[in-house]
Amino acid sequence: MGFYFAQLLTGLANASSLFLIASGLSIIFGVTRIVNFAHGSFYMVGAYLAYTLVTHWSGSVLGFWVSVILAAMIVGVIGLIIELTILRRIYHAPELFQLVATFGVVLIFQDGTLAIWGAEDLLGPRAPGLDSAVRIMGEPIPEYDLALIAIGPVVLLAIWLLFHKTRWGVLVRAATQDREMVGALGVNQAWLFSAAFVLGSFLAGLGGALQIPREAVSLQMDLSIIGEAFVVVVIGGMGSVSGAFVAAVLISVLNAFAILIFPQISIVLPFVIMAIVLIFRPHGLFGKPGSEKGAPEEPDQPLALMDQKSAMVLMAALLVLALSPLFTADFTSVLMVDVMVATLFAVSLHFMMGVGGMVSFGHAAYFGVGAYGAAMAVKFLGLGMISAMLFGPVCAAIAALFFGWFCVRLSGVYLAMLTLAAAQILWGVTFQWQEFTGGDDGILGVWPAKWASSDKVYFYIAFVLCIGGIWALRRVAFSPFGYILRGIRDSQTRAESIGIDTRFHQWMGFVLAGGFAGLAGVVFAFSKGSVFPDSLGIALSIDGLIMVLLGGIHALAGPILGAGAFVLIEDWVTRLDYWRFIFGAIILIVVLVAPDGIAGGVQRLLRGLKGGRA
Amino acid sequence: MNLIRRTVLGALAALPFTGLTAGVSLAQDTIVLGEVNSYTRLPAFTEPYKKGWQLAVEQINAAGGIDGKQLEVISRDDTGDPATAIRIAEELVSKDGAVLIFGTFLSNIGLAVSDFAKQKEVLFIASEPLSDAIVWSKGNKYTYRLRPSTHMQAAMLAEQAAKLDAVKWATVAPNYAYGQDAVKAFKSELSKLRPDVEFVEEQWPPLFKIDAGSTVRALEASKPDAIYNVTFGGDLAKFVREGSLRFLFEDRDVASLLTGEPEYLDPLGAEAPEGWIVTGYPSTDITTDEHKAFADAYIEKFGEAPKTGSIVGYNSILAIAAALEKADSKDTDALLAAMEGLTVDSSPTGPFTFRAADHQSTMGAYVGKTGTVDGKPSMVDWSYADGADYLPSEDDAAALRPAE
Repeated sequence: MGFYFAQLLTGLANASSLFLIASGLSIIFGVTRIVNFAHGSFYMVGAYLAYTLVTHWSGSVLGFWVSVILAAMIVGVIGLIIELTILRRIYHAPELFQLVATFGVVLIFQDGTLAIWGAEDLLGPRAPGLDSAVRIMGEPIPEYDLALIAIGPVVLLAIWLLFHKTRWGVLVRAATQDREMVGALGVNQAWLFSAAFVLGSFLAGLGGALQIPREAVSLQMDLSIIGEAFVVVVIGGMGSVSGAFVAAVLISVLNAFAILIFPQISIVLPFVIMAIVLIFRPHGLFGKPGSEKGAPEEPDQPLALMDQKSAMVLMAALLVLALSPLFTADFTSVLMVDVMVATLFAVSLHFMMGVGGMVSFGHAAYFGVGAYGAAMAVKFLGLGMISAMLFGPVCAAIAALFFGWFCVRLSGVYLAMLTLAAAQILWGVTFQWQEFTGGDDGILGVWPAKWASSDKVYFYIAFVLCIGGIWALRRVAFSPFGYILRGIRDSQTRAESIGIDTRFHQWMGFVLAGGFAGLAGVVFAFSKGSVFPDSLGIALSIDGLIMVLLGGIHALAGPILGAGAFVLIEDWVTRLDYWRFIFGAIILIVVLVAPDGIAGGVQRLLRGLKGGRA
Repeated sequence: MNLIRRTVLGALAALPFTGLTAGVSLAQDTIVLGEVNSYTRLPAFTEPYKKGWQLAVEQINAAGGIDGKQLEVISRDDTGDPATAIRIAEELVSKDGAVLIFGTFLSNIGLAVSDFAKQKEVLFIASEPLSDAIVWSKGNKYTYRLRPSTHMQAAMLAEQAAKLDAVKWATVAPNYAYGQDAVKAFKSELSKLRPDVEFVEEQWPPLFKIDAGSTVRALEASKPDAIYNVTFGGDLAKFVREGSLRFLFEDRDVASLLTGEPEYLDPLGAEAPEGWIVTGYPSTDITTDEHKAFADAYIEKFGEAPKTGSIVGYNSILAIAAALEKADSKDTDALLAAMEGLTVDSSPTGPFTFRAADHQSTMGAYVGKTGTVDGKPSMVDWSYADGADYLPSEDDAAALRPAE
């Protein structure tokens, strides 16, 4: 009995630290609708700052708690600076575009902390006065855990009081429900947004600072917490702080007990819980319908077919690409294959997001299933390259058929998070099921057939498959099916009222996008010769998302420009020291210069040029 | 504004091409070595490694190079992604004219590059990855590995663990291939030496995401006599702190893989556990002449004591230089022939040989106990364990490899 009670307390202590970071994320999303990837970075910086301050005032109880609060406040100020200089300028960009900016901030912070605090993990002192364990029912429980268990509910109470007893809090809640109306009533939204962002960053910093007595401060802290923080926010319901608390407790306590029975489960447990919750409660435990959507936007401009001049330019560009192996080195062909794979992947994701209106945070799942499908067809079924290349996309489409059925029942960020859960579950299975998938040692020896093994020949195979795939998706976007998808995206109610089965069409759109992502995965697998679970991982999904958003979600050319720019810039900057800082800075510049994505920026540029000439 | 936008976009558009057209080094008087590692993903381990090979390259070049030719290392960051590592390897070989590739830390990247080496027929010296698969189940003709493998280090620990009275063992390891290999090897080696031991509990926290409190409690619940630990880095710090808070290590023996390496031991500071049996690297405490010379030069150049990565990086270049000298050619076939059974007679850690049968080097590791010297965590009562003693015989090892 004592043992299980102690395990419960351990879970509750973890829940408190998870809650602190998730609550800030939830508040920021609730008010500003920003999906803040940089939240993990705030958490990490909070921990590093607290480490510096705590070691400076080492030993004194007051010094410790003052350091923690001070670190959190500094992070709040950093948040304010980011909000004022970057995010404020792009609130009117398309939905989720701000996510790209926060991604740039993540990269900059990674190199910034490395430069300031160095590479080695830093283990701070234990909390003065709370540095040992007390026995409860005979089991040792660290005093600091008990303190954390108390801090979580105290912070929750403080937030509750703030939101219910102050005018500012009332405005925040109002903004969470209806931003337009709050604006119409004469409330200064800009000020409200900044304040919410500062509060959110402060809480993230506090969460990080409070970790000092529990773990070594390291450069992995940002990415290792961010996924789980999002899961907590979504399970609780976007924008609901008490929901985040319940979700944090649920995840942490379940994990504390689950590892007693099935130690390997930790890898996917949060995502499994999220998937189950979302299937039964499409807006999370305490989310309100409508909490998933961003600010109301202007409806998209209808897609226009290309005029003759653009078509000729495009053809010329394709011709140059097709002939490039004749006049460039082998390595350029290899790089171009990577560009084409990324482009097809981004185009398939754009088909889902831009044309279908379904945001995906887990599109890499289908890319990876395609790659694994082909690799396993070679290894286990002994298929040749061509038949394996057909087999892969079919596997991806089947996976998309299965997961898509669940996903299309949701919308907005909840749909996106369910796709993420699906991807993480697939990743977990691939990672864990060593006998079948090779685990993280992957599958090796998936090289092209002899006749296709030269870089140049493989370039043409990739060219045909990728450019063919991109063309096919473009063709579909202009087919009746594409028009229906776009109709559903712009107004689901109207589409339904004219007798369209919206779910079925979205489902099929999901499957199509998944299948083509699988095709990209197949080309990828044979170009690299091996597949690893990374090809289904969050990192790749995020890369795809950044490509689409950076390129411009409202144009069919967007993902093409985005993917090309992303891969080529990355290939170039990784040669430099502190390349993440440079890459992040480039992304921020693009974001600020072209809030409608590269495609939008180019369009404006062309219009400007024409205007200038006239 | 418009002008600024145009300029910026134009500059952005032109950026990637500077990369595409960067000059190819064709100088005849240098030998280009390609190097890939996870510099941004795991800087704590790869930075000392980089310093190690930089020192060796500098020393060799200062002494006249190899056969009058200077060594030039082109070093790239793989960003922690195997696919990127392969693209970079391709570029190093086909564009930069690298005669061989060395480096990598993460096992999956090591495996990906080794498969690439096999396909493109180029020599790859896997400096740091520990995975047994690289030389055994997925070994190939073109891949050699320097650092003592998971199996070897686990066997070194098992030898010491067998001398303990402990019968009931619990294990904790990060949930990925390295952790799984390390537990499997330790179990089989220890069971060979001590058929009476039993393993009563295993915990598999996710890498770098350990829920240390719950894990410690789960281990405690099984009431083991001793614990075998494979966690490292941030996970280890959390595990040690939670474990000592909850008295997990009271009256229990602990055998811990790699924990004696400065990369992992130093950050623990005053909380470093006492009396754990560990493999690692006692750095400046090693007093052989070769090591003293190395350590002095290292400290003079970088102002800090060498770490495990440093010695691995340094020995990598020593091995490569020996191979180039023996082969007297930059040709892959000649290099492969030279690597077979190549012996490096003098290195800071003593002589080592690349076994012809399984391409594993016999470079060893140091086995000892953790302790505190002058308030700093360090290894005590250590001795050097020659890798050759912890490898299966060459015939047995050859049988573990796929047929060529």
